[in-house]
Amino acid sequence: MVYLDHAATTPMLPEAVQAMTAQLTVTGNASSLHAAGRRARRTVEEARESLAAALGARPSEIVFTAGGTEADNLAVKGLYWSRRAADPARVRVLASPVEHHAVLDAVEWLATHEGAHVEWLPVDSYGRVHPDALREAVLRNPADVALATVMWANNEIGTLQPVRELADVAQEFGIPLHSDAVQAVGQTEVDFAASRLAAMTVSGHKLGGPYGIGALVLGREWAPVPVLHGGGQERQVRSGTLDTPAIVAFAAAARHAVEHREEFAREIGGLRDDLIKAVRAAAPDAVLGGDPDPAGRLPANAHFSFPGCEGDSLLLLLDARGIACSTGSACTAGVAQPSHVVLATGTSPELARGTLRFSLGHTSTAEDVAALAEAIGPVVERARQAGLS
Amino acid sequence: MTDAPRLRVLAAMSGGVDSAVAAARAAEAGHDVTGVHLALSENPKSFRTGARGCCTIEDSHDARRAADVIGIPFYVWDLAERFREDVVEDFVAEYEAGRTPNPCLRCNEKIKFAALLDKALALGFDAVCTGHYATVVLREDGSRELHRASDMAKDQSYVLGVLDDRQLAHAMFPLGDTRTTKTEIREEAARRGLFVAKKPDSHDICFIADGDTQGFLAKRLGTAEGAIVDESGNRLGSHDGAYGFTIGQRKGLRIGTPAADGKPRYVLDISPVDNTVTVGPAASLDVTGLTAIRPRWCGRPPAAGTATYTAQLRAHGGETEVSAELTDAGELHLTFTEPVRGVAPGQAVVLYDGTRVVGSATIATTRRRAAAEA
Repeated sequence: MVYLDHAATTPMLPEAVQAMTAQLTVTGNASSLHAAGRRARRTVEEARESLAAALGARPSEIVFTAGGTEADNLAVKGLYWSRRAADPARVRVLASPVEHHAVLDAVEWLATHEGAHVEWLPVDSYGRVHPDALREAVLRNPADVALATVMWANNEIGTLQPVRELADVAQEFGIPLHSDAVQAVGQTEVDFAASRLAAMTVSGHKLGGPYGIGALVLGREWAPVPVLHGGGQERQVRSGTLDTPAIVAFAAAARHAVEHREEFAREIGGLRDDLIKAVRAAAPDAVLGGDPDPAGRLPANAHFSFPGCEGDSLLLLLDARGIACSTGSACTAGVAQPSHVVLATGTSPELARGTLRFSLGHTSTAEDVAALAEAIGPVVERARQAGLS
Repeated sequence: MTDAPRLRVLAAMSGGVDSAVAAARAAEAGHDVTGVHLALSENPKSFRTGARGCCTIEDSHDARRAADVIGIPFYVWDLAERFREDVVEDFVAEYEAGRTPNPCLRCNEKIKFAALLDKALALGFDAVCTGHYATVVLREDGSRELHRASDMAKDQSYVLGVLDDRQLAHAMFPLGDTRTTKTEIREEAARRGLFVAKKPDSHDICFIADGDTQGFLAKRLGTAEGAIVDESGNRLGSHDGAYGFTIGQRKGLRIGTPAADGKPRYVLDISPVDNTVTVGPAASLDVTGLTAIRPRWCGRPPAAGTATYTAQLRAHGGETEVSAELTDAGELHLTFTEPVRGVAPGQAVVLYDGTRVVGSATIATTRRRAAAEA
């Protein structure tokens, strides 16, 4: 199989598998006081320190969660609730319109159920939020902003956001800025302290770790209202028994991904450039989504719109040839909808129906790209015959 | 089956047991099968509401589970817009015009073996496979015939009578030669690990999930009081909309005074123009002949002129002998050997020559024994 869907999930790194399997047979709840508990606690805390170091954060800033979605929900809802509790005037949420659904839907939920006034920040045709746009939005009334949220790198079109510049604006007004960095870690430099963010989401299985583990990196001055109530294991912000094997594997994977980031960007970025060239050669009217400048996008991401084609048809035809990729769009009852990200960049709804995302990863090879190069021309031609139903 | 060519087959999977077993059989026969669930509702319900429908999120999930067990790729295609235009709106318009449509035929004609088939062919598939009980026979000259299923009790050739030669050439019905009971199909599903084995049968009209056709029509067409009259035009009662009636209907007429002879009365005629429903005795329901339009032939069209066939007038109706005359204008004039009852304009008549489906046409007008043409 030619796997070009690493942004959906990427194979676990051998280091992570080893770390995880070694822990699976060890007993001990990290919250217990006895020897077994203390041993588990030490393992968790060492992993926390290691993960923090990889992300440019303090160990106390790592709040383990059951994945990226939970971390996004905790940041968005939790910060909204705590900020509004401190000052009832703070009901405005500033968000980029290209967020992952874990942020997007949490924000919309706040609007529907918690009286939040949501303002979608304008983006350019690459899906990028400009710091001036954030400033302008804040300045309309700096006192009523609960939080802002702008992802680090887009999961569909790969565009990198000027996180540090955005955080500077937010910090100037004392507003917490959250960023979903799930796709960014291991592909571009992610340093929490240097970013000046209030909160940042990371996920295990997107960087070679296991499923079901993630973290909210949370600045020490922020105390979001919990989404999950219980034992208060993580800074009283997140409850639930810590998953020692997953945490250890997550930290091992993150450390490896960050240590090999430059090499990954160089090698995988090179393959990605070849992939873009090959697709353009086979389908000259394909429209590249996101920033064409490699410095402005994830090194492993390529995204195209194919005029006159249904993304579903392209996916089916590539799948039949053993090539796995994604349309990048969300599903409602399994029915493909044009992606909100692609639409936000100003792409016409018709063109937005024919999108494909190719995402590379640590197991990608030149053969994968060659296989796609061979298949994509006939596939696009056939999908175009089938047309837009 | 083993010497048959390996085809690229698109299996329409509703989430029910029949289409799942059909897809499994096609795959087992060595074909390269891809499953597809058609999303036909624009507002898929998240819960099964009352009667079984075919448009719920659960059905899509069930179809996907079945495809995963069979080990075939699976996709959901959104044909809701086409379905609304070609089937739902047509259904409403037909009732509004006083006719009684069959949306399942319409769906087979316009969606499964048109929109879906066209897309499948364009994408390089050779055939569309469904869980219908009917048989396609390939003749020596390369032409195809549609026949009733081996088991007459399960036969669904009536709702496929709208398929033409080209559509038949790309249709696959793996359940057609099944001489097994539904219980055995369920056992086969269980044996294949398909957990839809125990799922209840779908029935009625998929886009009216609660089964309340009158309520659905009232919502779409509104209510308007009209008269219920006897054959002489005497007013017997009132109703909320002529579309709410079907020819041959006896229940729900709500006529206070009984008939002079004390016998039950039936709906004889529906006139949407003046919103009037005519009722009368059972004997007046007897139809001796009818004229049908828009004929579609399964395979070879018959020569113009008169021939004797058997006719089926409803999805679960029996057969009746009929003499059929095809006019040069393409109309079918049918004369029944024995009078039949409960024939409504808008319904499809499907003609058979033995087990072979000759074709179908839409009933336009009926001839009654005593009265003039209705």
